[in-house]
Amino acid sequence: MTTLRPDPLTTSTFRERARAQLAKPFLREAVPKATDHAVAALRTRFADHDYEALRELGRAIRAEAIADLDRHLADLEQALVANGVRVHHAADAGAARDLIRGIVRDAGGRTVVKVKSMATEEIDLNPALAADGVRVVETDLGEYVVQLDGDRPSHIIAPIIHKTRGEVRESLSRAVGRELPDDAAALTGVARAQLRDAFMEADVGISGANFGVADTGTICLVTNEGNGRMCTSLPRVHIALMGVERVVPRMTDLAVLLPLLTGAGTGQLVTSYVNLLSGPRRPGEPDGPEEMHVVLLDNGRRALRGTPYEEVLHCIRCGACQNVCPVYRQVGGHAYGWVYGGPIGAVLTPLFRGQRDGGELSQATSLCGACDDVCPVKIPLHDLLLSLRRDRAAAGVAPRGERIAARLWSWAWAHPATYRLSVRLARAASLPARHPAVARRLPLAGRWAAGRTLPRPARRPYHRRLR
Amino acid sequence: MATEPVLFPTCLGDIVMPEAVRHAVVTLRACGVAPRPVRNATCCGQPGYNAGHHDEARRVARRTLRVLDRTDGDVIVPAGSCAAMMRLHWRELFAGTRDERAAVRVGRRVRELSTVLADRVDVVAARGLAWPGRAGYHDSCHMLRELRIAVEPRALLGHVRDLELVPLSSSERCCGFGGTFSVRYPEVSVAMADSKLDDARQAGVDVLVSADPGCLMQLGGRATRRGDGPRVVHLATLLWEAGLR
Repeated sequence: MTTLRPDPLTTSTFRERARAQLAKPFLREAVPKATDHAVAALRTRFADHDYEALRELGRAIRAEAIADLDRHLADLEQALVANGVRVHHAADAGAARDLIRGIVRDAGGRTVVKVKSMATEEIDLNPALAADGVRVVETDLGEYVVQLDGDRPSHIIAPIIHKTRGEVRESLSRAVGRELPDDAAALTGVARAQLRDAFMEADVGISGANFGVADTGTICLVTNEGNGRMCTSLPRVHIALMGVERVVPRMTDLAVLLPLLTGAGTGQLVTSYVNLLSGPRRPGEPDGPEEMHVVLLDNGRRALRGTPYEEVLHCIRCGACQNVCPVYRQVGGHAYGWVYGGPIGAVLTPLFRGQRDGGELSQATSLCGACDDVCPVKIPLHDLLLSLRRDRAAAGVAPRGERIAARLWSWAWAHPATYRLSVRLARAASLPARHPAVARRLPLAGRWAAGRTLPRPARRPYHRRLR
Repeated sequence: MATEPVLFPTCLGDIVMPEAVRHAVVTLRACGVAPRPVRNATCCGQPGYNAGHHDEARRVARRTLRVLDRTDGDVIVPAGSCAAMMRLHWRELFAGTRDERAAVRVGRRVRELSTVLADRVDVVAARGLAWPGRAGYHDSCHMLRELRIAVEPRALLGHVRDLELVPLSSSERCCGFGGTFSVRYPEVSVAMADSKLDDARQAGVDVLVSADPGCLMQLGGRATRRGDGPRVVHLATLLWEAGLR
């Protein structure tokens, strides 16, 4: 896959990236605070509802959609076309970029306003449009700050979860060239003024799609800031980029999936804005775009059907797994090195980017299973991670040292005699290893000893007490 | 036919926490369960299995499986994650091999220690256990989310007089051990342990109790290095100290 921005995945390890994030005190204050808040809100919001029953319904709907993906997509396309929408198919990121660039060019687009969309992140759309001389403005407040910083979103639904208000103030102050007060209302006021001009000037609005409803030909978009409505109704042209897996068979499915998405994501039973976009402006209607395009993005999705990883296509991108993940809590989303962070990123990245580039991420989790328990559509992330790790070992892309260690362990511990010998050797080695200077140089043990006291094998392990 | 329960110490129990294993045996005996510790079993294979090295894991676990298959009672395991590995993952690990049926057979017999003790909670209650201090309980992830054991260890601690069981907001959050994760990403792993220890410290607990040697090694190792943390002990050790012997 070609990426137009630096690709941390191929130039650094998770450990290096995680270390860099661990060194940021703001991040380590902001991420736990925000994620704890989201998790608490989820629990409170569903306290009087049967979340388990709703999850099961959600899982069933998503399974139905993916099991017969091609039929539902054909239905969606037919209904969209009947509504006057132009539908395009993109096999990969490059094709999607070219399609969107073409639509913007044909529309004579000079300014593009965007609704936050992970799919457009996935295809690296903004740099491609910028290269064509198009001014792109992210209009979600968080994404706007990300863009000012030349950064990437670090959370699926809360792009600047890693930033404190103070840091946001610094970013916005830089953008307007004067010191802004540390006041949330004032800061959003400044951003609003900047964005309002962009909305009025824009020729094209680009969004993602939370769901594509097959029976009515509707793109569903949820936001809390109202910017989604501006982007999809003010400019002359609206383009929605939708991952093919986001199709749902029926409008009534949203009755289940929307509260699951927003409840699991932000603890809201409904967001401030729920947009159901069913075609461009019709004759006699006062507003809406003249043209509406939907670009259906595959980029490795269809190939996952019929594999052990099919269920990852059920994902509705709510971010709940990131909110409960104890690893994400410490390092945030950027440590994962690509578009999606947290447990879902640890699964998607190896699948979309391949074992060689992305395989390491399946190891970047402690396998605690908290993600499984929270996922609103019950994706077995824990099992998928285990499966990816198995693939990684089988593909031979694990580091040489790891493979040797696994073989040595297996050889020694398959027999009680060699097992006991290994315990005795470890006991002997543990004496000099009491000195931190020695411990640090040991393989594996050194990595343990960097922050923890090395456990000393007992003088009389339990098996010796049995004689 | 009378069956005889056995106790599988697990590798970490055997090597680094033999005292906790001894306490498990003693507390079980005090409750009228007399498990015979198995010899010649080494490890359940979890470190290799979780890292993706199934062939290597199978080779190690096969020895343990075959030894246990020659016994017939409950297989009591004083380690939540090992119990989960044996109960839930062995059947997959051995699927398609000649040990498949043994894996299912033995897996069904596996019992995590605290559930065996909790079955005899009346006996425990009648013993008049006492331990003065504030204790926090740490859920082992696999014990909690794979075996769904959360009530039993807390119920046992509830029968200890003078012990104040302090609810911790982080009790269900991972300690950062994660097997090979702890040495693959030591900085993240340690940061995760710190967040638990900070929480325990803030709650003012004297002791952090868990039923999984992996978590205990992680939290204990970090607490010792920091020098300010609470004492970290196995559930069996605490019950033993409280008089269940």
